[in-house]
Amino acid sequence: MVKQSNISLDLRHTDLGYNGRVVLRDVSLTIDTGEIVCLLGPNGVGKTTLFKTILGFIKPLAGLITINGTDISRFSPKDFARLVAYVPQLHHLPFPYTVRDVVLFGRTVHLGLFASPCKKDRDIANSFLELLDITHLADRAFSELSGGERQIVIIARALTQEARFIILDEPTSNLDYGNQVRIIRKIGELRKQSVGILMATHTPDHAFMIGSKVVVVDHGALYRCGKPETTLTPETLRQIYGVEVQVLDTPHNGICSRKICAPVMELTTDIISHH
Amino acid sequence: MKGLSLIVVCLLVLAVVALFSMGTGRYPVSFRDLLSWITTGQCRDENLPIILVNIRLPRLVGAIAAGGALAMSGAAYQGMFRNPMVSPDILGVSSGAGFGAALAILFSLPVAGIQAFSFVGGITAVLIAVSISKAIGRSHDSVLVLVLSGIIISSLFGALLSMLKYVADPDDKLPAITYWLMGSFANIRMSDLMVILPLLFVGSIPLMLVSWRLNVLSFGEDEARSLGVHTGWLRALVILCATLMSASIISITGIIGWVGLIVPHLARFVAGPNHRMLLPTSFLFGAIFMLLVDNVARSVVSVEIPIGIITAILGAPFFIWFLKKSSRKSW
Repeated sequence: MVKQSNISLDLRHTDLGYNGRVVLRDVSLTIDTGEIVCLLGPNGVGKTTLFKTILGFIKPLAGLITINGTDISRFSPKDFARLVAYVPQLHHLPFPYTVRDVVLFGRTVHLGLFASPCKKDRDIANSFLELLDITHLADRAFSELSGGERQIVIIARALTQEARFIILDEPTSNLDYGNQVRIIRKIGELRKQSVGILMATHTPDHAFMIGSKVVVVDHGALYRCGKPETTLTPETLRQIYGVEVQVLDTPHNGICSRKICAPVMELTTDIISHH
Repeated sequence: MKGLSLIVVCLLVLAVVALFSMGTGRYPVSFRDLLSWITTGQCRDENLPIILVNIRLPRLVGAIAAGGALAMSGAAYQGMFRNPMVSPDILGVSSGAGFGAALAILFSLPVAGIQAFSFVGGITAVLIAVSISKAIGRSHDSVLVLVLSGIIISSLFGALLSMLKYVADPDDKLPAITYWLMGSFANIRMSDLMVILPLLFVGSIPLMLVSWRLNVLSFGEDEARSLGVHTGWLRALVILCATLMSASIISITGIIGWVGLIVPHLARFVAGPNHRMLLPTSFLFGAIFMLLVDNVARSVVSVEIPIGIITAILGAPFFIWFLKKSSRKSW
């Protein structure tokens, strides 16, 4: 693959919301290629709104969103899809497409209006099936896969799209523990693909595992933003989730050294309603 | 079975069924006569060429075109609406066409007038449904709004049609309207086909060209857009082409239900869900199915049975069987 120059996706003092109602105010944020940004925040705080706005489904109420300096509203749908890919939450497909087909759909944006994929497109799709170790699933029906397998297939599709940024909406929701870890590991490996990743999650540990940056939204605004180790303090976690959480260092045994979250179980110290 | 071989097998089956259909009917035609007429243009019975060319051939071509077009537009609609329970009349083309035809019959217009009215009625109904969904639009789920608009328009035109039937002369106009609504290939002439076939061509070519993008619509509006598909444009094209095809057919045959709903399922079962294969396979399956049904319609009892009745009688139990079968397996 040709080494591509680094570019960035920027939000500059952006107000986000629907029908004139502001959900998130004055958001400024930068995502560079090669970086994994984890988005944390309680339910209903506007993470989905933020995603939909970055993906161009809804327009920002104020401010500017740019990729490499160009306002995203000035890209055609096709040009935009070459820059930003989207991995939505688990869903089902009405028709039994094979995994190979689903991954190939990622090539659509590189095809002529009336064309269908050629050998080169198939090779690209196959290479990402291989990268994510799901070649053995290629001929299965997507609708028959488990949740974790489906999520990986959709990530393979996003890579096949060869966009510079990938937006993942809670990629581990509804997955069992093993699959959650597997998905996070795969996403961590994507750093090498020099794509910029923005991922929403409900698990602060994910940010410690793979995040090069964490963004915390709460109370209608960007609450904090920075390195996971310095941003995700017990105070921050208490502020956004309303529960007491200790952030511990794992022992440096050479296998796993990072911070982990340990929720405190005594209810007396728990701040049940923080709003 | 995948790819070209499936198409070739379908074409062969279609050829055999077509040959069989040419030999089926009130006037006895021996298979040897039929073959010698096709290969050499000669045969012992001098009535035979007249019957074959003037009566059976238009009917044969009409049945192939009708079955194929209804099934293909049904497959396209199902893909676009992301719903395997959708048929080509979801946006009101049948009720609009029925109303148009009834109006023409009431005005005692000639056959060509009835065809023109039903065609315009069908297209108009769909255009109104689409405009309503645009007017409501924006904040709602666009596919859902489109389906609901189709239901509104269908029932509106259904009511208008009932009114026309109510005021129609019960001795000749009312039976004519009723028979038209049941669908038939009996009155198809070569001159009708010359008008309709180019329209089917114009409708089916763009559908084939965008068939890959039609797959991507299965993921829903937002995801399809994030994959680089201009969803609004694509949906408009599919509606336009599929409506053109079904309205053209309905205008010469009357209303034939079930084909556009069931045949795409059968085709998807064999060819898979990829529309590049599914659309042509649906066309061929629809053509074969319609030829077989038409053979039943004109040869089982001494009076010809309206085609719409047979497709419904065959369609209902088949669909129940298929639902039961597919509930064990995902689509």
